[in-house]
Amino acid sequence: MEKNKHFLVGIFGDQDDLLHGVEDIRKKGVKIYEVFTPFPVHGLEHALGYQRSWTPKAAFMFGFLGTCLAIIMQVGMMVIDWPMVIGGKPYLAIPDFVPVTFELTVLLASYGMTLTFLFVKGYLPHKVPRIFDIRATDDKHVVAIDLANNSLSEEQIRSILKDVHAEEVYRRDFTDEENQSSFIKYVVDLFTNGVTRSSRIAHHR
Amino acid sequence: MQIVSEVREPLVTGGKTHKDVTEDICKQVEGAPSPAWLASLAASLLALGVGGYYLGDMLWNGIGRWGLNKSVQWAWDITNFVWWVGIGHAGTLISAILLLFRQKWRTSINRAAEAMTIFAVICALFWPIAHMGRPWIGPVWAFPLPNTYGSLWVNFNSPLLWDVFAIGTYFSVSLLFWYVGLVPDFATIRDRATSKISRLMYGILSLGWDGSAKSWMHYESVSLILAGLSTPLVLSVHTIVSFDFATSVIPGWHTTIFPPYFVAGAIFSGFAMVLTLMLITRKVYHLEDYITIEHIEMMNIIIIVTGSIVGIAYTTELFIAWYSGVEYEQYAFLNRSTGPYWWAYWSMMTCNVISPQLFWIKKIRTSLMWTFVLSIVVNIGMWFERFVIIVTSLHRDYLPSSWTYFIPTMHDVGTYLFTFGLFFTFFFLFAKFFPVINMAEVKAVLKDSNSKVYRARRTLVNEPLPALEEVTVEKEGSSLIK
Repeated sequence: MEKNKHFLVGIFGDQDDLLHGVEDIRKKGVKIYEVFTPFPVHGLEHALGYQRSWTPKAAFMFGFLGTCLAIIMQVGMMVIDWPMVIGGKPYLAIPDFVPVTFELTVLLASYGMTLTFLFVKGYLPHKVPRIFDIRATDDKHVVAIDLANNSLSEEQIRSILKDVHAEEVYRRDFTDEENQSSFIKYVVDLFTNGVTRSSRIAHHR
Repeated sequence: MQIVSEVREPLVTGGKTHKDVTEDICKQVEGAPSPAWLASLAASLLALGVGGYYLGDMLWNGIGRWGLNKSVQWAWDITNFVWWVGIGHAGTLISAILLLFRQKWRTSINRAAEAMTIFAVICALFWPIAHMGRPWIGPVWAFPLPNTYGSLWVNFNSPLLWDVFAIGTYFSVSLLFWYVGLVPDFATIRDRATSKISRLMYGILSLGWDGSAKSWMHYESVSLILAGLSTPLVLSVHTIVSFDFATSVIPGWHTTIFPPYFVAGAIFSGFAMVLTLMLITRKVYHLEDYITIEHIEMMNIIIIVTGSIVGIAYTTELFIAWYSGVEYEQYAFLNRSTGPYWWAYWSMMTCNVISPQLFWIKKIRTSLMWTFVLSIVVNIGMWFERFVIIVTSLHRDYLPSSWTYFIPTMHDVGTYLFTFGLFFTFFFLFAKFFPVINMAEVKAVLKDSNSKVYRARRTLVNEPLPALEEVTVEKEGSSLIK
């Protein structure tokens, strides 16, 4: 996937400023690439106009799969393959199959949904994140605006961000290497150059 | 900046900012281990080692090393299993059920409580495997695999097999829920890391989390669904554990009250264990602003509620034994309260029914010392409850010639000590290397968008200030603030 390189970044310190800011920025016709926040800001997805999350559908489908697999397994083993009279119960003792069916439904629904979310969004152990501002996991909200994707000029967007009371506005350019991050390169770089780029020390210097 | 509501006590005191939360919690992970922590870990490892000796000896020579006999085939092993798995339930209750009920005070205790769940369930899982005597082949029998006689399968009519699925699922889903909650906090630690190893390790653990708004949206949805799935799951787990007893025909076990009674007992003992651990963690890590007296009071109220349910269950059991007119059932309960194990029965009654009632007094439920002592008393009581149910029902069966008395050996005590060592070793490692408080969630509740905040914001933006009432209406009707 081709990633753009040139962004304008606006930093917000307060979640209410951010919510109002994002609404106003969008009203003025600026397309926001993404907002990065240290904690879930309620209402931000509406302010950004995102569709509802698809994760409930994934959970339902995996859960249904779990139910079916559990029933097939229990009926196959207890009724079809080797029927036995146990405690005078019928082979197809449906109430006895409820607990295992329930447990497998929950197991598949949770793991199916969560792993699908992580895989689809690319959150995997070897993922090297593209960090716009290191404070996005601490206390600042970061609004990233893709310059290539907007018709307005950099100066115009900059002034719009200032208007909505962004604490800081600066330009963030990524190199090709940063855009196509490789885990191996990242580890090699980490161990040869130490923790340099975008670390706590580098930032507070 | 934190704006304090006039109506409610703030969830986090001390006027903490978002930055302070990061600093306070990450400090524990980043700093050198304290002498108190090292001493605690050493004590846990000692328990693990001493217990491990008895465990090893028991595994080498067989479970005859335990005090079991032909009448009492289950004693400390299954008592400990039910006790540990019950303790685990509080973590899921806090993180899942309180999430569904939008109880925001859970945010500063859910991480440690969930960790406690995971470690307690590991200790619980240890017991059924250990009591098989040959743990290297025992678990294989529990899986639905064909055996060597053709394909004779496991028995899906047996509650013992339901237990395998229930505990297995419970452990897996709790682990997932806990880990998903940790990911954003690992990202915070990753971005602050100054050493190569910690940057790499927390980088891997954080799965490259970047906190984008779209991911948070999915993440919130995933958390809510996991909470929704965990809620019936946690109730099902102890229900199924109680089926291990309730579906048998042993007097004292064969009762329909068992599922709700066990679930209430599990939450009761779990909250007691959460309190024991949190009071220590709070003190050692100076988290008084995050885990406030109000949090402790809330948990104590849950202890009164569940303790009272447990008390009613004991009384109901006695009444039904009498009312049923079944002489075996009547004898089982008479024998529990006045037979050779009277001391265990009355310890259970005192610790579980009488002691939590002290929390009706506000001074006691807001006192750290009382809470700490009573939380331990409750867990002693809950251990006796399981011991009473299991051993007193077994030791005098239908044939008086096989009546006996169970006496634990050093191997019973040693193996129990082993699980304590395991639990606390895990917990102390967690407390050092993982953030003990969910930073992202605490930051989210630090300042609620109440009308006062909204006014303050609008003042900053230099817009005409609407009247307070209007703002409140706008807040409720707005799509922005849910």
